[in-house]
Amino acid sequence: MTAVLEVRDLKVRFSTPDGEVSAVNGVSFDINEGECLGIVGESGSGKSQLFMAVMGLLARNGRTEGSAKYRGTELVGMPVKELNTYRGSKLAMIFQDSMTSLTPHLRIGKQMTEVLIQHKGMSEADARGKALDILELVRIPEAARRLNQYPHELSGGMRQRVMIAMSLLCEPDLLIADEPTTALDVTVQAQILELMADLKRVTRAAIVLITHELGTVAGLCDRVQVMYGGRFMETGDVRQIFYNPQHPYTNGLLSSMPRLTEDRREKLYAIPGQPPNLQRLPAGCPFQERCDFVHERCVAELPLLRPVTNAAGTGQMKACHLESLQHPVDDPSRASIPADAAPPVIRTSDARTA
Amino acid sequence: MLSYAVRRLLEAIPTLLVIVALSFFLMHSAPGGPFDSERVLPPEIEANLKAAYNLDKPVWQQFLIYLGNALQGDFGPSFTYKDFTVSELIGTGFPVSIRLGLTAIILAVCIGCTLGVIAAMRQNTSTDYTVMGFSMVGITIPNFVMAPLLTLVFGIYLGWLPVAGWGGGAINHMILPVVALALPQIAIISRLTRGGMVEVLRSNFVRTAHAKGLPERLIIWRHTLRAALLPVVSYLGPAIAGLVTGSVVIEQIFGLPGIGRYFIQGAINRDYTLVMGTVITYGTLIVMMNLLVDLVYGLLDPRVRYD
Repeated sequence: MTAVLEVRDLKVRFSTPDGEVSAVNGVSFDINEGECLGIVGESGSGKSQLFMAVMGLLARNGRTEGSAKYRGTELVGMPVKELNTYRGSKLAMIFQDSMTSLTPHLRIGKQMTEVLIQHKGMSEADARGKALDILELVRIPEAARRLNQYPHELSGGMRQRVMIAMSLLCEPDLLIADEPTTALDVTVQAQILELMADLKRVTRAAIVLITHELGTVAGLCDRVQVMYGGRFMETGDVRQIFYNPQHPYTNGLLSSMPRLTEDRREKLYAIPGQPPNLQRLPAGCPFQERCDFVHERCVAELPLLRPVTNAAGTGQMKACHLESLQHPVDDPSRASIPADAAPPVIRTSDARTA
Repeated sequence: MLSYAVRRLLEAIPTLLVIVALSFFLMHSAPGGPFDSERVLPPEIEANLKAAYNLDKPVWQQFLIYLGNALQGDFGPSFTYKDFTVSELIGTGFPVSIRLGLTAIILAVCIGCTLGVIAAMRQNTSTDYTVMGFSMVGITIPNFVMAPLLTLVFGIYLGWLPVAGWGGGAINHMILPVVALALPQIAIISRLTRGGMVEVLRSNFVRTAHAKGLPERLIIWRHTLRAALLPVVSYLGPAIAGLVTGSVVIEQIFGLPGIGRYFIQGAINRDYTLVMGTVITYGTLIVMMNLLVDLVYGLLDPRVRYD
């Protein structure tokens, strides 16, 4: 398998008046052709900034160290002019808040055609035709009319579809979706996820799904990387992570998901404490302050990613000093997950948008 | 949008009436009158004068008479410039002021916006600090200092430009007053532009534009500038009204026949009709400019609705 993106020891730092903030602290991973990778973490875990750094979209006070290669070409430190030949054409990004992420004073058509004119040198008319095709691909009703509308004239779900359509215009190899469903209603979320699942089948693009919702990941991704304090805590394929989480943090995340089968009088589990202060990360494991299994070694020594010993299959890694994490076998909530895949949060059928 | 404009124009009528009434009664309640002078006039002459100008009637009657005449386009004779009507005075002075003011504001918008955009794009660099430094100087130096300085340097030391006078509106006569008028405006507009740009450059849609791989130039022109200029547009409405009605200081220093001086002289001389004439001119302009600003807002931002 060829890697579309190879990231090695990537670090992201922000200099602020209160000191240096270490958002991403040396992560390494590959994304292979056609694969769907889920990046999971709480707010402030560095999951978004990691990919902002790859795309060269960090805020002015941010800087990137390490390496991120797109098919062998180094993106970190690439001059903006050159980077612009990759952004939007080879690598595309879908942002969270479609209301503020689309230019309010430009018609949808213009915002889409400019990408094709820039990267493909198309004429305005050809670009419009292509934009229309893509809008239809993402199942926007009355696509031709939408081209002449402004973002505020569309519903939230439709705007997000436009956002997705815009990223697909140049048929990118790598599609980075940064919390694509967070700002949407639950029903619309489900529609957008369904669309993403379709796109995964139709396009050959590798997809990165950045999210804090494990349900989203379960339905869509092949592989999951759990991030905390700017580091990967656990990585593995989606079943390994969901059925056999070997990092206490992953386990905590899974336990804090509400389940329909669970007794409703029972209090929902929450990981105690707050995410770490990225200005003063502790010496050892970033999760030490919130971990139930913390011992001396966790405080003294930073755990590095290593293969999980009791994994089902290969490829599961965790950054934890614990030898293995035992799960109560008779835990009814865990046993209730069907064996083929974790269930989607909501399934809709025959939904229409007006 | 057309019906909105018409409605706003109709709404302007009561606004102007209030302005006219307020200034009329305030002015008449101030002590003194147009014919008070150090030399005491014989009572018969003063009575005749007052009768000729209707000043012997109660103020409310004077107001109604004035309003009636004004509605027919007659703003009365000036009390000080005795051979001229107010309409003639404003009619000859206004074109001069408009020409100076508009030239200055166009110059200020071009230079101010450019400087603001450059400063914002090179935010927190020496370029930014230099531009903002100069703009701070431009705001703080009053024009009664700047204008003589310009005259001194370019009129006297270098001898490139005429020191004063209108010269029938010749270009070389306009340069110094226009520059003196424009400098503080350049300063303000560049700061407003920079502020707007810095804010919009941080917005999510500009980030999207970068993610799309668009070149910087296109991002600035197409995605940023329109949203960033909203504060400049709001400022420009009243600023244009202020500039085209002339500046007393600039007109005095350069000896220009604009209408700016009438604002002060009219008030000092209790030249009732002249004051009313300038108030109506200025009031109408402000109302029109604010309407124009609101319409331009709609052009810049499609989310603005007129209903």
